[in-house]
Amino acid sequence: MDLFQSRRWVIQGAFILVILVFILRLFYMQVVDENYKQLANSNSLRRITSYPARGLVYDRKQRLILYNKAEYDLMVIPLQVSPFDTTELARLLDISVDDIRKTLVKARKTSPYKPYLFQKGIQADQFQSVRESLFQFPGFYSQVRTVRSYPFMAAAHVLGYIGEVSPKQIERLGGYYKQGDYIGITGIEESYEDILRGNKGVRYMLVDVNNREQGSFAEGKYDTIASPGLNLTSSIDIELQQYGEKLMQNKIGSIVAIEPSTGEVLAMVSSPSYDPSLLSGKDRGKNFKMLYADPNKPLFNRAIKAPYPPGSTFKPLMAAIGMQEKVIQPWAPFSMCHGGINIGSLHIGCHAHGGIPNVCVAIAVSCNGYFANYFREVVDNRSRYKNIAEGLDAWNGYLKRFGLGIKTGIDLPNEGYGFAPDSKYYTKRYKTADWRSSMIVSIGFGQGELSATPLQIANMMCSFANRGYWFTPHLVKQIQNDSTILKERIQRNDTGLDTAICNIVVKGMEDVVEAGTARIAKIPGITICGKTGTAQNPHGKDHSLFACFAPKDNPKIVLAVIVENSGFGATWAAPIASLMIEKFMNDSIADNRKYLEQRMFDGNLLKPTP
Amino acid sequence: MDKRSTWKNLDWIMIGLYLILISIGWISVYAAGYDFTNVIGSFFNHVYGRQLIWIGISAIVALAILIIDNKFYTALSYIFYGAIILLLIAAIFVGGVVKGSRSWITIGSFQFQPAEFAKFATSLALAKYLSALNIDLKKAKTWGIAIAIFVLPMLIIILQNETGSALVFTVFFLVSYRFGFSGLFLLVGLFIGVLVSLALLFDKYYIILILGILTALTIYLLRRERVAIMIAGLVFILSSGFVLATDYIYMHVMEPHQKQRIDVFLGREANVKDADYNVRQSKIAIGSGGLSGKGFLQGTLTKFNFVPEQTSDFIFCTIGEEYGFVGSSVLLLLFLGLLIRILFVAERQRSRFSKIYAYAVAGIIFFHLFINIGMTIGLVPVIGIPLPFISYGGSSMLAFTILLFILIKLDADRLSVLR
Repeated sequence: MDLFQSRRWVIQGAFILVILVFILRLFYMQVVDENYKQLANSNSLRRITSYPARGLVYDRKQRLILYNKAEYDLMVIPLQVSPFDTTELARLLDISVDDIRKTLVKARKTSPYKPYLFQKGIQADQFQSVRESLFQFPGFYSQVRTVRSYPFMAAAHVLGYIGEVSPKQIERLGGYYKQGDYIGITGIEESYEDILRGNKGVRYMLVDVNNREQGSFAEGKYDTIASPGLNLTSSIDIELQQYGEKLMQNKIGSIVAIEPSTGEVLAMVSSPSYDPSLLSGKDRGKNFKMLYADPNKPLFNRAIKAPYPPGSTFKPLMAAIGMQEKVIQPWAPFSMCHGGINIGSLHIGCHAHGGIPNVCVAIAVSCNGYFANYFREVVDNRSRYKNIAEGLDAWNGYLKRFGLGIKTGIDLPNEGYGFAPDSKYYTKRYKTADWRSSMIVSIGFGQGELSATPLQIANMMCSFANRGYWFTPHLVKQIQNDSTILKERIQRNDTGLDTAICNIVVKGMEDVVEAGTARIAKIPGITICGKTGTAQNPHGKDHSLFACFAPKDNPKIVLAVIVENSGFGATWAAPIASLMIEKFMNDSIADNRKYLEQRMFDGNLLKPTP
Repeated sequence: MDKRSTWKNLDWIMIGLYLILISIGWISVYAAGYDFTNVIGSFFNHVYGRQLIWIGISAIVALAILIIDNKFYTALSYIFYGAIILLLIAAIFVGGVVKGSRSWITIGSFQFQPAEFAKFATSLALAKYLSALNIDLKKAKTWGIAIAIFVLPMLIIILQNETGSALVFTVFFLVSYRFGFSGLFLLVGLFIGVLVSLALLFDKYYIILILGILTALTIYLLRRERVAIMIAGLVFILSSGFVLATDYIYMHVMEPHQKQRIDVFLGREANVKDADYNVRQSKIAIGSGGLSGKGFLQGTLTKFNFVPEQTSDFIFCTIGEEYGFVGSSVLLLLFLGLLIRILFVAERQRSRFSKIYAYAVAGIIFFHLFINIGMTIGLVPVIGIPLPFISYGGSSMLAFTILLFILIKLDADRLSVLR
């Protein structure tokens, strides 16, 4: 009956054939071909992070010292590149055609789908012309990036820099940072990272295979808006800072200037310094290597990290301790020193000076014998302390109250401790508790194991300027819209010293400049109280130190200046300090002191590089 | 008990496959329509909720079909057919415009597409006509009328601007072929299809040149056969004319969206730009599924609406992405199982009516499957027709249920259905 029975099989065969073809096609698409998986990943949802503008930094006179500048990265997606005018692109980017070819090959090798960084750090003015022609180069697109910019090219150590967050930091800090994010690495950038960085925003965009944005996901329901970083006002006086850096050029050392009534740091120079913009922008890596390799260690912030023997700048504190401990009678003469004193078999050398009628003169002429003697009387005072260990620890307690041997708490990362030895240290060192004051007497005039950072020396001077207390030194005096953080941070620290004693020490320091070792620092109309220091050290010539404040009453500025391996305190450190004071107080240098300024500018104390 | 009872002879294999496919369909619609951002709101506000309602309605209708006497379908075939033709025409005039097509009829809040129901009505009418006692399947006139029966709704649906649904009716040629319609026509049809594709892909003059060379060669080889020479010449003239006509229609007659779809299929990037978006997204979604897929609700591309129409025409993407090669193959094999079962069922019918109807059912399901999945994997141009039993959509769900269950009913009663 059915003539066409066999056609049943034709139809069934067609069904089976089609299904088979489909299954084969699916096998190829889903199992064999990896392209779709790649495309799927760059497809889907794209998280686009919007980076907030990092906070700006102003100086104490509201001058902008750190801001953001736009730089552009040219990106390429190799798969989307079609033949283009390579000469034109080479001309626009100021590179060679060969470079373009090489980079494209590299990009293609990395991944044909993923965006590849073709050229980074194109400056805004150059990018203008690139942007206009970008449509001629399919597959290329630009990404804006902000880099930190430093209009005064100064205060590198204070401000610090930012760089890509390391894998370790990502792990340690948890959550917020993603690879490729920037983070403050030193200076204010690091210590105020949380405040400066703001908060990233995230937009979810639907992106198609061609990387074209197809619109926002779920009408932006999950998007978060980036909140910009807060601006900071630094306590730095950027002009004073620049001036200090200029005075210190070609010298190794440090200047720290603090306003004693608040603890605000006015200037912090660590020399040699570097142009902070070197570590911002496209050549950061290269420049960092160069600075890192420099034997003079420009990246090292000496002002807060380097321990120096304070030398004679310690003597005012020793005098104060002696008086507070009632072993020094301020107005009693001292006649033991004749070019030095002998303690047992040990001879403490001293320079030629006249008679010492009182403590003030002892400070003014910086008599080693005087302070060595009274250091011993303090620690060996058996009516007060039952042994030398207790005596030394009492002495150490004074130092700590003056911020020596401890962190001052400045708002910079990695502050150094310096070193204020105590009984434990010597017991360990001599491997016996039976050590004598004669063995450690050099710490009584700021030598030996005693060491302090320039910041600590300046900070110690603050307590004399304030007649008995100091504030936590700090570099940021105001955070936009928020004062609580700083109020908690900055504390008044009392030394426990009698004001009367302080006044005697201050009188001695006044004499130092008026008639003592630092007459060169004298400025007409401004009473400077200071103390020179000449610190012996194992690295060569003595370090030249000067610690001071001015004016005597109601002091406005405290300074610690250290010039490494340069000789007497009076030769380099004192003139530099006095010029800094003059600049700060008078805003300019008097004509009759220009010669001194010039001498400081010109002084080159760096070892000639081999 | 009467051994002719419908209930004793139900084909549980077809019913089982139907139930499995419906379940897979609902899970896929749930996955594709699942909005993890918005799980609030009534279940029935979501596509998967509404789909469940349609499945429920379909179940009731299926049951009703099994209960109603089979004569209802055999005797009233022409009535159904006539009613659907009227509805199709009515849709053009009273229906609103939905996405450029005039194929919907709205009654209150209820919307449906008569085109979906035209398929089973046409199948019934064709079966009825070809199974009539006085029909001679060898006569050309018979096939002329048979073709007219299924080309009429097709033309009306084209007028509705639903080219995709209209194309489904071409599968009746295959059904006709089974019952004696000349295979030559199918070959000619295929030849024309190839010519059209070539005409769109390459320069028309090149094709005519190549056709000319082939014709010359044929004439040379068969130079002693006068008839062959004449046929070859005729074929050359006709196909050249066809190539030129195709080119003309593409350039001057087609609407932009139709052109675009053809361009996408032919991969002519220059004209395409964003139009290939659907297919590329669909291929990426399926391709990224890998061997075993990303898992239920884990498909990122289908989840975030990368693939448009993902609950209806592109539902296969969700399956491909979430269940991978294994899942897609299983689905295809389930469909193949259903198709072969229907062919088997067709062949066991005593009644020619039932047999023809069964082939029509198999053909329609197959055509949908071929176009729908073929388009998601880029083997067939984008033609918007649903995947039977799987895609979201009330009309199609109901129409396919009716289509299949009339067959199940006819098969269950095969001992009593005579004509």
